[in-house]
Amino acid sequence: MNTLKDRQQDIAAMAGKVGKPVYDPANYAKDPTERQLAQQKSPKLASLEEAITRSGLKNGMTISFHHHFRGGDKVVNMVIDKLAEMGFKDLHLAASSLSDVHAPLIDHIRNGVITRISTSGLRGKLANEISHGLMKEPVIFRSHGGRGSAIATGDLHIDVAFLGAPSSDPLGNACGYSRSENAKSICGSLGYALPDARYADKVVIITDDLVAYPNTPNAISERDVDFVVVADSVGDSSKISSGAIRDTKNPRDILLAQQAAKVIINSGYFKNGFSIQTGSGGASLAAVKFLRESMIENNIVADFALGGITAHMVKLHEEGLIKRLIDVQSFDKVAAESLKNNPMHKEVSANEYASADEPGSAVHYLDIVILSALEVDVNFNVNVLVGSDGIIRGAIGGHPDTAADSALSIIVCPMLRGRIPCVVEEVTTLITPGSSVDVIVTEYGIAVNPRRPELAERLRAAGLDIVDIHDLQKRAKSVIGDADPLPFGNKVVGVVMNRDGSVMDVIRNIEE
Amino acid sequence: MKLNSSYAGTLESGDILIEISPSEAPGLTINLQSTVALQFGRQIKKVIEDTLSEMGVKDAVVDATDKGALDCTIRARVTAAAVRATGKDVWAD
Repeated sequence: MNTLKDRQQDIAAMAGKVGKPVYDPANYAKDPTERQLAQQKSPKLASLEEAITRSGLKNGMTISFHHHFRGGDKVVNMVIDKLAEMGFKDLHLAASSLSDVHAPLIDHIRNGVITRISTSGLRGKLANEISHGLMKEPVIFRSHGGRGSAIATGDLHIDVAFLGAPSSDPLGNACGYSRSENAKSICGSLGYALPDARYADKVVIITDDLVAYPNTPNAISERDVDFVVVADSVGDSSKISSGAIRDTKNPRDILLAQQAAKVIINSGYFKNGFSIQTGSGGASLAAVKFLRESMIENNIVADFALGGITAHMVKLHEEGLIKRLIDVQSFDKVAAESLKNNPMHKEVSANEYASADEPGSAVHYLDIVILSALEVDVNFNVNVLVGSDGIIRGAIGGHPDTAADSALSIIVCPMLRGRIPCVVEEVTTLITPGSSVDVIVTEYGIAVNPRRPELAERLRAAGLDIVDIHDLQKRAKSVIGDADPLPFGNKVVGVVMNRDGSVMDVIRNIEE
Repeated sequence: MKLNSSYAGTLESGDILIEISPSEAPGLTINLQSTVALQFGRQIKKVIEDTLSEMGVKDAVVDATDKGALDCTIRARVTAAAVRATGKDVWAD
């Protein structure tokens, strides 16, 4: 006979041979619970404290966060407060960026809860304290593409990621918006959280809208998620478009925007199928408005717009002027809603957006980028991180990534901001090297990198006011006079990593 | 020279607010608050001193709140405040 019983000996023998146990039906009982009820008992659902405990987090480990809520973020402070309360020490905080709202971290740094920070930027009181030497270990600054690479290669190993999400189901399928009627928040793209979700050892989703399974289409897959925590609020969506992003009415910004648009139109890259990205500065956003008119006039349609996506870009897309939007970060609510509702508005991870070592990253296929700057120098180097007072006050963002990989990078920057010269002999801190910067647009003329004589020729032929960068620097100096040297100390408070993982520059403390 | 308290300027970006009041002690006392103090504090004080000295104001307390004003702006605001403080109209001549 050849019944199952007759085969038991052979089954046991084969199990021994492959080193596996014999199937035991006693281990299995079918659960007849209605599945709508069963999912509410998902083993991933936990309180924040339980999730932290069960994640295995220990002193000295690395925790990570995204900054898609920008100035409205509530997750970083919520989690660090809890970790402090639980007695954790010596943690490495690796955020995609930090801003004014994270000033409460100052106390946690003083108390030894946080001893290291990696971020794209710092602003407000926290930045000021760190510039004055708050931390023993310097802050590590990376670009968005650089952070994606560092996480993928293991340079930046994340033990536990705490990722805020406007919706998640009990299994961890999460995204930056919610389709339920209980939606409390929306941030659109979760692009900067995706490397963390994929590569962190443990992933905790923190959501303020727990929705029924399946929460599709999802940004983060349940496969990458270990715990789901429900919180009252993960972020204030109304504060996403505060901070760096503003719609300008400043006449000088509008002049700069007009000039930048003229540079693009006459650059040789403004043709059907081109691609474009704009930074978050007022002038670079306004340039899009001027570009729109010329696109309509000349029947030009762009293949895609990339990066931080704004309402301006959404409008152009909806008018048929830009075929696709590739969104690593939604800069306002209009962009976030568009990402939710429009399949041509694609969400990308930081790696797919801007990593140097990712062959398919979108920046490699970007024609034009318009960026802002705190300072530029006579060698076309750019600083977007440290103010002219030596105090950290910005973020690297995707600046060096897009400048390096685009075909044409345009920096829009006034020659003076009040008494602060923005065209200087040497930038306070080197963020984006001159080798990747092509054009600098100021209100006193346009400087073209000598590497690009053909570009200068085209712009001159179009009647634009092309000037020598040295003349701009001298002119700025003649207006503002000689600045006293800043009181830098000898302590390194920040390290600027290049996107390839090499060290680009260091930031010293300011003594007052 | 008799001084009244007076002021000129605003707290707008790129401007400077100059407040002049009589001083009990001889000489100029300049209290400067500036967003660019580290790099330009010395130069801003010098412009204030030079402007007042040209106008013959020797004893005064000057409270200056600077929001990144250029030297020409600082001179204009100091002159206006001094004209109001002294009653001596330098523009009328």
